[in-house]
Amino acid sequence: MSFDWIVKIMSENWLMFIRGAGITLYISIIGTILGFIIGLLVGVIRTIPIPERGVKKVILKIINFILSVYIEIFRGTPMIVQAMVIYYGAALAFDIDMNRLSAALFIVSINTGAYMSEIVRGGIVSIDKGQFEAAHAIGMNHIQTMVNVILPQVIRNILPATGNEFVINIKDTSVLNVISVTELYFQTKSVAGNNFRYFESFFITCIIYFIMTFTVTRILRSIERKIDGPDNYVMYANQMQVDRPENMMNRTTNDI
Amino acid sequence: MEHVIDIQHLSKSFGAHEVLKDIDFSVDKGEVVCIIGSSGSGKSTLLRCVNLLENPSGGRIIYKGVNILDDNHDVYAYRTKLGMVFQQFNLFNNHNVLDNCIVGQTKVLKHSREDAKKVAMKYLKVVGMEQYINAKPKQLSGGQKQRVAIARALSMEPDVMLFDEPTSALDPEMVEEVLKVMKQLAEIGLTMLIVTHEMEFAKDVADRVVFMDGGVIVEEGCPEQIFNNPTQERTREFLKRILK
Ligand SMILES: Nc1ncnc2c1ncn2[C@@H]1O[C@H](COP(=O)(O)OP(=O)(O)OP(=O)(O)O)[C@@H](O)[C@H]1O
Ligand SMILES: [Mg+2]
Repeated sequence: MSFDWIVKIMSENWLMFIRGAGITLYISIIGTILGFIIGLLVGVIRTIPIPERGVKKVILKIINFILSVYIEIFRGTPMIVQAMVIYYGAALAFDIDMNRLSAALFIVSINTGAYMSEIVRGGIVSIDKGQFEAAHAIGMNHIQTMVNVILPQVIRNILPATGNEFVINIKDTSVLNVISVTELYFQTKSVAGNNFRYFESFFITCIIYFIMTFTVTRILRSIERKIDGPDNYVMYANQMQVDRPENMMNRTTNDI
Repeated sequence: MEHVIDIQHLSKSFGAHEVLKDIDFSVDKGEVVCIIGSSGSGKSTLLRCVNLLENPSGGRIIYKGVNILDDNHDVYAYRTKLGMVFQQFNLFNNHNVLDNCIVGQTKVLKHSREDAKKVAMKYLKVVGMEQYINAKPKQLSGGQKQRVAIARALSMEPDVMLFDEPTSALDPEMVEEVLKVMKQLAEIGLTMLIVTHEMEFAKDVADRVVFMDGGVIVEEGCPEQIFNNPTQERTREFLKRILK
């Protein structure tokens, strides 16, 4: 009877499931965060306005080319194949025996980074041009404009897409079992390999995956609401000592 | 009179389209200059060239004795000296009213937050928006947004204020509150360069009116001269059309 088996497998192997789920969460959290940071950096670099001439133009063009190659390659190949190529490739080419977990983190981050770069770029170009102009008009450079005005808006707007990447990562880390990372899928395979109850073992895993993705989705929604803040504002009763309008020409920097 | 900004032989093309042709023009300290002209005549482009939101194709812009179009000139420092007010307000959506007026001071001018807050409150009071410091831009009316945008520009304590049709995106009943603030700024002697379709306002407030057409300055002079005795046929036609 299946249900009895499920209980039995759970009670005998709970530590392995928990460990596997822990590794899965760990890889997907770190991978999503690093990928997010990569995405922001690449997105910001790719939206630097290209000057009409000069050395800076050439350098920017080259960097942009390299970044598009990165994005296209990692979006255009399956992560399971990337895992094999990077893990065994590193061993073959550089004689590096990568730690499996580091390899996993590297692969997930760089993969997420490729997707996030496009999401961030889309987020940046969808921000009203007036926001950039207003920032430039008060003297901000590209980096200041990005950090103080554009990215906060972009990050808010791409939060749903980032949550989506996170959920995808929780599920897709399962492919890392091909390089024997002891995440949830790999652990389940071991459990099932011992007891030969494939359905029951994977059914448990199925539930664990769902609990993880569902919880993450809920948490992200509440973060979104937090960022949006309250719908109304508090009127400010003026108690500050403020200059009268007539005195406003007495400026702190009097240098015309 | 001392020129705050002196523009010489300025030209601007978008591809093959020459939008500004050999513009010579200056603004003196404390002067209020209104630029008028029909749609597409290049008024916005001129204003945007002055603070380098558009890159001029040729000419010189002299500020404090140096040509800011020279290659090695610090564009960012120059821009802090010009306050820009846009038709579409362009308040920073991620900041509340107070932070809109503070962020430039702290991040660009590197002033402390306390100092920045004092300055911001001073100018928010000038525009009558000091009660709304906690509001986000999306919670304000158009007129309120524009007044905050003016306070944001003033908070940088610029030498010149540039206005590009500051009331054109406003509902009629909000135009007055913004014009009133601008009039007040003119009275305290702020240097202002204003692109406007509000002819009454120009008549009332401007020290000098500049009429542009087809990318050139056709005529400039005091409001009485431009509105009552224009010397150029094109100015007369424009005024007839707009004041009919
Ligand atoms: N970024 C651009 N690329 C190409 N052409 C442009 C650009 N900006 C402006 N132009 C053209 O330059 C001309 C002058 O435009 P500008 O916006 O300066 O006119 P304006 O006098 O401000 O008009 P309005 O009263 O409608 O605001 C127009 O013909 C416009 O199509
Ligand atoms: Mg215009």
